[in-house]
Amino acid sequence: MKYIDEFQDPELAARLLDEIRATVTRPWALMEVCGGQTHSIIRHGLDQLLPDEIELIHGPGCPVCVTPLEVIDKALEIASRPDVIFCSFGDMLRVPGTGRDLFQVRGEGGDVRVVYSPLDALRIAEENPGREVVFFGIGFETTAPPNAMAVHQARARGIRNFSLLVSHVRVPPAIEAIMQSPQCRVQGFLAAGHVCSVMGTEEYPALAERFKVPIVVTGFEPLDILEGVRRTVRQLERGEHTVGNAYPRAVRPEGNPAARAMLDDVFEVTDRAWRGIGVILDSGWRLSERYRDHDAEHRFQVGDIATLEPAECRAGEVLQGLLKPHECEAFGTTCTPRTPLGATMVSSEGACAAYYLYRRLELPARAETTAPSLKESSVV
Amino acid sequence: MCLAVPGKVLGVEERNGTRMASVDFGGVVKEVCLEYLPDLQVGEYAIVHVGFALQRLDEESARRTLELFENLGMLQEEFGDPWEQAAAEAGMNGGSGADGEPAAVRGQGPDGAAAAGEVLR
Repeated sequence: MKYIDEFQDPELAARLLDEIRATVTRPWALMEVCGGQTHSIIRHGLDQLLPDEIELIHGPGCPVCVTPLEVIDKALEIASRPDVIFCSFGDMLRVPGTGRDLFQVRGEGGDVRVVYSPLDALRIAEENPGREVVFFGIGFETTAPPNAMAVHQARARGIRNFSLLVSHVRVPPAIEAIMQSPQCRVQGFLAAGHVCSVMGTEEYPALAERFKVPIVVTGFEPLDILEGVRRTVRQLERGEHTVGNAYPRAVRPEGNPAARAMLDDVFEVTDRAWRGIGVILDSGWRLSERYRDHDAEHRFQVGDIATLEPAECRAGEVLQGLLKPHECEAFGTTCTPRTPLGATMVSSEGACAAYYLYRRLELPARAETTAPSLKESSVV
Repeated sequence: MCLAVPGKVLGVEERNGTRMASVDFGGVVKEVCLEYLPDLQVGEYAIVHVGFALQRLDEESARRTLELFENLGMLQEEFGDPWEQAAAEAGMNGGSGADGEPAAVRGQGPDGAAAAGEVLR
């Protein structure tokens, strides 16, 4: 869908695009942090509708994509144990660890279950007192509060056979790491709307000031994204660098105070490795000391599992905005949703998956002839 | 799972000391925890993520976002059968899981929400 008349409000879209065209005088590179926004941008061809001066760079905002290989390997190790019921969100099933994934572990007899909510995993623990139930706790600030609640309730209700394999990540330190990179080209950020629904906007003014970069909280609909771009470009053209909120219907400055309080109670900030990127200081959460009993990493002693990531997958560069998915040699050839090298091709929110799904006909001939048909794609 | 999806509160009840709601996502009804939005009322809309209501949303915004997510196939991803999806991704023709049900290729069924409703019951 690259025709503006297919937008929900084509007149408003046209007006926003006109305003952006009238504002922009030179090239600007903006990063959308959220993988959901990436999919909306590619699906609706927003990057092609925008003036050539504006480049949208895809950021590391897909929780599945940034979960490091060694955490997947820890999950596979725990899920293979006969005494364990391993619960996960569905989009982790096909994320490759070293040699296999959770889907294969289930095929080999592991009791892997998909849940919609972490509270479903807690219920499974309650119903199976003789088994160990482990929930795979990945995700950004949007997912961390629900997972924190599950642990909090487990402790409050004395459910001792429930633990969390934690790999939660935080957006602001990732923005900091991106801006500190010598290769950084990003001049403005479209911040992830639903992360800010929880966390509010208070973490961003210091970043905007420190790196002289405008940060505009943005939603997911095409019009939301155009509005986020319009506000960011207007700031850039004026030489401003403040925090804006283009998604006020879902984001309040204080976020969700109850959820933030639970995060503070259950988790503590820690350094975290990001898949393909490496360790970013203070970029994640782990269970705080008082909830350590519910930490699967301790309970199953998988803390010493360390895995080197394969060199052929360039997802790390994609996640940092240094490489567009289709510029990768493996894209559409050795790396497809069926045979993924990395999580950015597997995840429904991954940038590589978005390009594979929506940009197939624009691939070089090399990929056209060797990639499986669209019907076989995981993301159809 | 990274996306939060808007839904409408159909009913509210207390369970295990936790405030829970049944929430309608364009035809799929799920149980949702209201502990982070305790004053949410029947008939109101909220952004829901992995079974938790996280922020209120007005009805018009909620409807538009739901429509977008459905068009993007994201409702099917969120509420469809993950084992079938994984089997399709793995290129398996059948035997999606322990129940031996054949795997469906995503996008071939009826529209996302309705299909998911069947799966979820």
